[in-house]
Amino acid sequence: MAARANAGSALTRQRLKSAWLFLTPMLVVLALVAGWPLLRTISFSFTDAHLSNLDDSSFIGFENYVFLLQDPDWWRAVQNTIFFTVVSVSIETVLGLLIALALNAHFKGRGLLRAAVLIPWAIPTVVSAQMWRWMFNDVYGVINEIMLSTGLITEPWAWLADPQLSMAAVIAVDVWKTTPFMALLILAGLQMLPQDCYENAKIDGVHPVVVFFKVTLPLLKPAILVAVIFRTLDALRIFDLIYVMQGNKQDTMSMSIYARQQLVDFQDVGYGSAAATLLFMIIALFTVIYLYLGGIGREEKA
Amino acid sequence: MAKGARTALLAGLSVIAASWAPGAFAQSLAISCGAVGMELRLCQEGAAAWSAQSGIPVDVVSTPNSTSERLALYQQLLASGSGDIDVFQIDVIWPGILGTHFLDLSDAFSADEIGAHFDAIVANNTIDGELKAIPWFTDAGVLYYRRDLLEAHGHDRPGSWEEMAAIAADIQAKERAAGNDRMQGFVFQGNAYEGLTCNALEWIDAWGGGQIIEPDGTTSVNNPRAVAAIAEAASWIGTISPRGVLSYQEEEARGVFQSGHAVFMRNWPYAWALGNAPESPISGKIGVMALPPGGEDGQATGVLGGWNLAVSRYSNQPEAAKDLVRFLASFEEQKRRAIVGAYNPTIAALYENQEVLEANPFFGDLYDTFTNAVARPSAVTGTRYNQVSTEFWNAVHRALSGQATAEAALADLERRLQRLARGWQ
Repeated sequence: MAARANAGSALTRQRLKSAWLFLTPMLVVLALVAGWPLLRTISFSFTDAHLSNLDDSSFIGFENYVFLLQDPDWWRAVQNTIFFTVVSVSIETVLGLLIALALNAHFKGRGLLRAAVLIPWAIPTVVSAQMWRWMFNDVYGVINEIMLSTGLITEPWAWLADPQLSMAAVIAVDVWKTTPFMALLILAGLQMLPQDCYENAKIDGVHPVVVFFKVTLPLLKPAILVAVIFRTLDALRIFDLIYVMQGNKQDTMSMSIYARQQLVDFQDVGYGSAAATLLFMIIALFTVIYLYLGGIGREEKA
Repeated sequence: MAKGARTALLAGLSVIAASWAPGAFAQSLAISCGAVGMELRLCQEGAAAWSAQSGIPVDVVSTPNSTSERLALYQQLLASGSGDIDVFQIDVIWPGILGTHFLDLSDAFSADEIGAHFDAIVANNTIDGELKAIPWFTDAGVLYYRRDLLEAHGHDRPGSWEEMAAIAADIQAKERAAGNDRMQGFVFQGNAYEGLTCNALEWIDAWGGGQIIEPDGTTSVNNPRAVAAIAEAASWIGTISPRGVLSYQEEEARGVFQSGHAVFMRNWPYAWALGNAPESPISGKIGVMALPPGGEDGQATGVLGGWNLAVSRYSNQPEAAKDLVRFLASFEEQKRRAIVGAYNPTIAALYENQEVLEANPFFGDLYDTFTNAVARPSAVTGTRYNQVSTEFWNAVHRALSGQATAEAALADLERRLQRLARGWQ
């Protein structure tokens, strides 16, 4: 494409020029709202800046990073985030796929149901997290009430306090909230599948379960992969849900919450920026890996 | 930037937006107040009274209930040099952290006005010779108990923490057997936040185990008495205290106690007025006492809390703001807050005032507790206090939730504090 443009006519050059013209505002805005803060965060991470006086800071090289990599709390936050990401995204993918398959069937009121499924995703996270926090309360929460009255548990569980239960509670809410998003993306993929495969399978009398594993799933792989990439990147930077439900508690602290605590609570802008930069690099690494895997997927299809 | 910073910034912006409410243009002042219990209502009434006098409207901005979150919000507002809030209600442990953002009030107030307040709090609020905040109300942790339940089951007030646990276990078992199956022995502030630091420091102090970090800067927290105190507290979880207490702050603990579901509660004095309000199920059935001693030769205790009023350096109307502070911290206003809301005055003379004592009989008995409360190590650790406190409440939370023994948690805490100690030594 590039080679042709270079050797191209006046018209091509004209088009290229207007393309740049249209792109420039977006690039400028991106540089201002994303590029500049990012560069500033990275540059802060090499200093001992303090929130009460940002201008008076000195360059200290990699000292923040050395400290960060030795801090067991940071590694705990990394471990929590990865555990949260793997478990929540796995459950969301399976549930999302099931819901997408159900919504893809032809039945009355399908449009309405598709819209209704999106509601958990549409509620602002702060609102739904606070709502769930009340529902998970050990004394007056509705979840313990239901589980007690149905005899599932004999005494109230402390969902938000127990180290083992608090991560489970957070993951449950995330699954509730984000499964609709997953279902929507997979549903879009389902609707683009070629119908002739299914007609052939029907004529040959293949069992529907076999059709699902031999036809639907392989064809749906690229759509699922895209959905998983989106969700993983989102889950790795999880902040609001956990912060509202659990605050700075170490049992559920994610990388973003760790960075915020250093930046704001401890006013340690240099160190907090180092944590934020490392978080950025981890997410960038995942993106590169996924783009690479996604690329393989596309070639296979072609 | 981290998403955290963005979300927090949004929270900050919403506060600013709130202070720009219609009609609040140009001439008005903004004050940030707490909203725990009836704090917000009292603050609004006080501000309205000053407005009627001065003709200057005041916007009351409510802030998060968790002290730790409130500090984070203030830090962001003040670090950006924002003049949207003129008067800040600040915790007794914050002058060292936030002091640079506040005006020196020593010239605006006469020596008599300042001298009427407790010396210890004025000293606490004085940083490098500048008076950064005027005392508004003081606090010390106290032990609430259900007088009716103790009497019914034939118990006296506990003389030690161990006795408290035994009484709580006994009454809890008997009440549950009698069909009151939600009865808890003891509730306190066990969430991982500043409130747990206060509670745990009280246990350690009751056992005579020091103040985490001593005034000379040495880390003292890893000692046998402190270990015994934390181990005793850990033994309450799941026995006399529900496991959920590990997520309770002040209001959650009050919710359980005030609905009649707890025998004992550790809280601040504000819970007195609310617990005795006519609509409260336990009205007239509550007793208050100083937190008891623990261990072999412990001491009665209570952690110093309390709030002060400071004027922002970025305020557009510093003179009006100082006048508002003078009004709110005055004898008359502190008297009203003590009678209506059981907020402890910082003016010594009010503890001899008949009307105040009638509303809060325990003010007289606990005068010593309020004036000799144990301070958190905020002065010696300065701007590092928040980190020290975070390490402390995390370690205690681990011990309480059974993730580590008290010995292991405090030994680990000592190592972490010594690493931080570079900041104040």
